[in-house]
Amino acid sequence: MNHDLGRLPAIFKRYPKSPESLIAVLQDIQKEYQFLPSEALAETARVLEVPLSKVFSVSTFYNAFSLHPKGEKVIRICVGTTCHIRGAKQIQEQLESQLKIKAGETTPDLKFSIETVSCVGACAKAPVVIVNEKYHGPVKVSDYKKLVKGK
Amino acid sequence: MRLSSTGQLTQLRTKCQAAAKKHKKKVLVCCGPGCLAAGAQKIADRFRTVLKQKRIAGFSVQALKETGCHGFCEQGPLVVIEPGGTFYTKVKTRDVEEIIDRSVRKDEVVQRLLYKDPRSGKSIRDWAKIDFYAHQNRIALQKLGQIAQCDIEDYIAGGGYAALAKALTKMTGDRIIDEVTTSGLRGRGGAGFAAGRKWRTCKDVQSDTRYVICNGDEGDPGAFMDRAIMEGDPHSVLEGMIIAAFAVGSSEGYIYVREEYPLAVVNLQKAIEQAEALGLLGNDILGTGFSFSIKISRGAGAFVCGESSALMKSVAGQVGEPRAKYIRSVIKGLHDRPTVLNNVETFANVPVIIDRGADWFAKIGAKNNSGTKAFSLVGKVRNTGLIEVAMGTTLRKIIFDIGGGIIGDRPFKAVQTGGPSGGCLPQSQLDLPVDFDSLTKAGSMMGSGGMIVMDDKTCMVDVAKYFLGFLVEESCGKCVPCREGLYQLHRLTIKVSEGRATEEDLSTIEKLSEMVIIGSLCGLGKSGPNPVLSTMKYFKDEYLAHIRDKRCPAGVCRELITYEITPDCTGCMACIAVCATHAITGKKGKVHTLDQAKCTKCGACYAVCQHDAVLVS
Ligand SMILES: Cc1cc2nc3c(=O)[nH]c(=O)nc-3n(C[C@H](O)[C@H](O)[C@H](O)COP(=O)(O)O)c2cc1C
Ligand code: FES
Repeated sequence: MNHDLGRLPAIFKRYPKSPESLIAVLQDIQKEYQFLPSEALAETARVLEVPLSKVFSVSTFYNAFSLHPKGEKVIRICVGTTCHIRGAKQIQEQLESQLKIKAGETTPDLKFSIETVSCVGACAKAPVVIVNEKYHGPVKVSDYKKLVKGK
Repeated sequence: MRLSSTGQLTQLRTKCQAAAKKHKKKVLVCCGPGCLAAGAQKIADRFRTVLKQKRIAGFSVQALKETGCHGFCEQGPLVVIEPGGTFYTKVKTRDVEEIIDRSVRKDEVVQRLLYKDPRSGKSIRDWAKIDFYAHQNRIALQKLGQIAQCDIEDYIAGGGYAALAKALTKMTGDRIIDEVTTSGLRGRGGAGFAAGRKWRTCKDVQSDTRYVICNGDEGDPGAFMDRAIMEGDPHSVLEGMIIAAFAVGSSEGYIYVREEYPLAVVNLQKAIEQAEALGLLGNDILGTGFSFSIKISRGAGAFVCGESSALMKSVAGQVGEPRAKYIRSVIKGLHDRPTVLNNVETFANVPVIIDRGADWFAKIGAKNNSGTKAFSLVGKVRNTGLIEVAMGTTLRKIIFDIGGGIIGDRPFKAVQTGGPSGGCLPQSQLDLPVDFDSLTKAGSMMGSGGMIVMDDKTCMVDVAKYFLGFLVEESCGKCVPCREGLYQLHRLTIKVSEGRATEEDLSTIEKLSEMVIIGSLCGLGKSGPNPVLSTMKYFKDEYLAHIRDKRCPAGVCRELITYEITPDCTGCMACIAVCATHAITGKKGKVHTLDQAKCTKCGACYAVCQHDAVLVS
């Protein structure tokens, strides 16, 4: 897949050109493109003068990075301890079966991704589901329609 | 305006206080994590709009404050009218106008929004008199919820940065370290290492450069104290860090923030900019010649990066793998330079200690465990929220007096502290004083402050399996005992939960745990077996029920339970809608039937049934 790399220079400009900036640069690329296109990784390696293997190793070590495109709507289910004991698993399964994908996957039409996350710090409202940036909680199993359709 | 002396800071404080006094009242809208998730932003916006329209004498929109977490998340969204502490719970946007008309314009209360004490049934007006707050003792969280989130003037008006001024002009670095040492402050990030001693070591190492880092990784799932502080009272963290930097002689600092906390990054950044603009951070702080800068380093979603050496690698843009600590990171830390790493809450305690003195602080709490500890009290407890209690407070007091007991008055079963490194404590330990040493002795750990209450519907095998699964995912994979050992422990707990285990497997778990504890490189592996060991210690019967009777007493482990629909079914079809495998059939108004062959035991029907007509056995 070809991706418009034109947005990269603006990102590189924000940080000193040193290996120390690697994580911050990748985070901004992830935010801009919703994933890390392979061309962008190569470009990052060149600009920051870090071996591509290092860039790849950092990209795969941290959960925040994805090497695959994500859906328009990213549904993040909290599976932290509090959410777990308050029924996060049922909610996860309900969403997985409704969207016919597993956590970590994206629907073929690139509309939805499901992800899990361990605690988002809103435990008081457990179980919590975040759709794009919006927090929902306490979520009930029957709320799946609202989560999928709502904005 | 840049402040170039402590005198100017005092002047600014007087000015801010005078400005605040012009308003007869203050409206505090809690915008902490819990209330935000419940829609607090809309309420704050509505207040702003209506207040602008109404033009109330002696009140302006400036007296409307979006605050950090006030604490009682369960009752959110919260709105507090000060003075007087009128406490409104579960506020909706449509209540806003009435609150303004009756409680801001006049001195009346909106009765229906007050908190009702479940025991006496009486409404309580003043938040400080509610049981949830009355038993607390707030030091690190003192300003949280009382001041606007990102407002340095509010912070200064409340006495903020006075400790910094005192430290910079009236104390030497050594004096500050002595003070912190005498206070007995121990690190609030989990291990409880004496902060003063750490600072002393850092200062005594010969080096041209030293770093001060704040650990805001808060990886413990179920904990949100640090998030609340970073978002709601970021200046207290900055002030603590600047004092530490001055004490040890550092000019560069970092705050490492977990990537799941975007708002914390935004608010900290704002706070840094505000402090820089006033000359409280950056070059020549308060005209004293001392310079210190703080940068934010965003985490990227790895639990192990809360560990000191992994965190420092991550700050340097590398993969966050811990190293063996023959030499501690306080001696050889970031870029191999001496580095003070403390937790968010630890730093938030520092200004108060400097301000009020070590002796005052040391008197609070328990022996060798001075001060207070913040907890996120969550799970199956009635009053969930953010609390802070004196060290040595018993679990019973926290869970039953502050927490109000278990939801639905179900039986208490266990309380989990210390996250994936901690353990589950049973009923018999309820009178245990909560401090670093007592918790460790009981087989758990203080951890960073997650306190998760569990009732009889929580399966201890499932909890152990959950934590091991979490750690298997999060283990960095560098050392074999942790990577493979935890993996095998996880498999063994799965075996128990599926009813396939033998009693011999339990002794394998014990032996393997010992190996993982001894052999692992960092704290993740070294404490990883705690959840399984502590549940086996205190809930052996439950493990045996899974093994001998093939039964999960809590009704959680899928392989060992069945769901049934009882004749109480009203035929509302709610379960049919959520059953993913179409195992439930039936007509509206008629008792439904469940086809066991198709049932995957996901429990969705149980969760949606409003009529208690789904039975687990
Ligand atoms: C696996 C692992 C995860 C940790 N996570 C955190 C964390 O999220 N927050 C934290 O403050 N300390 C965490 N720690 C403890 C830190 O290594 C370190 O002890 C602490 O930040 C020191 O600060 P303190 O003395 O103020 O507690 C973790 C330790 C380990 C081994
Ligand atoms: S465990 Fe889900 S928000 Fe904390």
